[in-house]
Amino acid sequence: MNFIIAASSATHDASTIGGHGTFHYILIMALMMTGIYLILSRSNMIKSIIGLNLFQVAVIMFYVSMGKVEPGTAPILMAEDVPHAEHDGHHDEAHDADSHDAPPAAHSPDPKKDVELGAHTLDHSKKVTVGPTTSKVSKITYSNPLPHVLMLTAIVVGVATTALALSLVVRINEHYGTIEEDELEDKGVLI
Amino acid sequence: MSNIIEHLPVLQIVVPLVAAPTIVLFRNSTLSWILAVLASWFCLFGSITMLNQINGGGEIPTYLIGGWDPHVGIVYQVDIANAFILTLLSGISAVVFVYARTSVRDEIPEAKHHYFYAALLLCFTGLMGMAITGDAFNIFVFLEISSLSGYALIAMGRNPKALTAAYRYLIMGTLGGTFILLGIGFLYMMTGTLNLEELSHAVPHYAETSVVRAAFAFITVGTCIKLALFPLHMWLPNCYTYAPSVVSAFLSATATKVSFYVLLRAMFMLFGAALIAQAKIFLSFVIFLALIGIFMGSLKAIGQDDVKRLLAYSSIAQIGYMVLGLSLDNADGLTGAIIHLFNHALTKGGLFLVMGCFMYRLNSTKIKDLAGIGKKMPLTMLAFTIGGLSLIGVPLTAGFISKWYLAMGALQAGMWWLLVLILLASLLAVVYIFRVLEAAYFGTPEKEHDVEEAPFSLLFPTYVLIGSTIFFGIWTEPMLGAARKSAELFLSSGGAL
Repeated sequence: MNFIIAASSATHDASTIGGHGTFHYILIMALMMTGIYLILSRSNMIKSIIGLNLFQVAVIMFYVSMGKVEPGTAPILMAEDVPHAEHDGHHDEAHDADSHDAPPAAHSPDPKKDVELGAHTLDHSKKVTVGPTTSKVSKITYSNPLPHVLMLTAIVVGVATTALALSLVVRINEHYGTIEEDELEDKGVLI
Repeated sequence: MSNIIEHLPVLQIVVPLVAAPTIVLFRNSTLSWILAVLASWFCLFGSITMLNQINGGGEIPTYLIGGWDPHVGIVYQVDIANAFILTLLSGISAVVFVYARTSVRDEIPEAKHHYFYAALLLCFTGLMGMAITGDAFNIFVFLEISSLSGYALIAMGRNPKALTAAYRYLIMGTLGGTFILLGIGFLYMMTGTLNLEELSHAVPHYAETSVVRAAFAFITVGTCIKLALFPLHMWLPNCYTYAPSVVSAFLSATATKVSFYVLLRAMFMLFGAALIAQAKIFLSFVIFLALIGIFMGSLKAIGQDDVKRLLAYSSIAQIGYMVLGLSLDNADGLTGAIIHLFNHALTKGGLFLVMGCFMYRLNSTKIKDLAGIGKKMPLTMLAFTIGGLSLIGVPLTAGFISKWYLAMGALQAGMWWLLVLILLASLLAVVYIFRVLEAAYFGTPEKEHDVEEAPFSLLFPTYVLIGSTIFFGIWTEPMLGAARKSAELFLSSGGAL
């Protein structure tokens, strides 16, 4: 299997991921297949939904494991990796503060101060780069945070799906008195 | 004005997305209907503006959400194919939402009206989002938004069988959605980007890896589940049969169409160049599936005694035609597929609206209950007749144009035997449409109906959709032009399959 991880700007060979090769992918696939098997084989609706959940969890774990970069750390900006840290820490902080103060100052009633501050920010905005557009190469290797963020959305989707599915099952139970697909088929409901 | 155009792409999503919770807050049936209609009309106006802009040689600037760089942020990108689909979607919704007022009052309990309209708008938002977004993961998110609200909408049908239909669709749909998510994960693993534009440049470099092939397999199967391509169609007939009339019309006209559009994008823009080596085997397999879908759908449709169910099986056949056009892999075939997407949306949407009229008056759509109804509800039945003719593909209706182009595509691909099969399948369509017409015009009812014509508020939107199938069958230029340009765009991007 020639899995390649492209994370941050570096690519890593699969054999280095987590130090366990492709072992976790096999586990994830096993979980996924368990989920699909449950969905297809069980006649009990709740068990099918459990299968669906397993299947979704497997995909979520797949994404999360994909974001790991060896030997990366948690993707939280470290002190020594703050932009321009190599210059003067204090000086930099002042600049940062300025640029953050700038937007409220634009609405300041005092036009003189406004212009002054505006010019000040403009002057330094070229040096201080904030946000993800920074093209600076980091000194520290971070794990890729993007798959984790994506999975937040996927988890929410999974919860919504499960809630909707369970509420449907409750309604089905109210109407037909069973949640077994076999019995529903016998009643001619599922065709 | 230019300022508004710049923001139109995101407003297409934001307006219905904000309108949905607002509706829930008001808890008023009439007000929620008005808001839903206004939102859909706004989107229609917006998409027509964008389509005109692009048709006039202009461009819609790519919209960066939150001003983030395309590499890390989400972009909304409108090209000719997008704008065409958006116009179709919002046009259908603009008509169906107007129709919804009378039909929903009849079929849904008053206390649930605002929830119904909110779910309808969310479903609409999700479908619009799938068409407009330029971010692979965003497609999944919008897909789930539209699907989740779709399940809830189907479950609101009066027949308790709607519940099991929605449950089945939920299981299948979630499987499909998760497959797509997994495929997108594989692509991200290889390329490190989720932007569709960047992906289309990056994927060919990894074309020979098993990861990209796995991604292709998962995304194709996932979209085919949502598309209801044979043999993944099992969820569709029950859903369309037992859903409320408005939902049947809306979903049949839009949901499968957007999935088809996503499949087109994935096949031609992402994997096109990547899979040239395997293309021949894959395409002949897809042609095989499409043909089985066409014949199985048509034959099953003939055997149905509920007209809504008949139309649902006919939908499976029509989806087969679309996929057939795609797999011919030439300009005419693809144009035919896109036109067929367009006019099948109009035709099937219109026909399901006709079913809503019958539901309103007769409380049934069974063929035996429709016997002799042609004398009592002549206008409604005339609408069904016109829609049925378009479904068959009679000249002067929109259905003829698409079949013509599909036939041209088949000739271009050197598969003349497809012509015979398309003709044969159209004859099957004649059979199932005429079964209904015969019962309605010449059948004798078991007991005399004491019903009158469907109310104007239902008939008018029905005739707008049904009329448009004739309108676009005669004045083919706008539809044909946009479809041809879209086909060229697909074929030129990343190379043909």
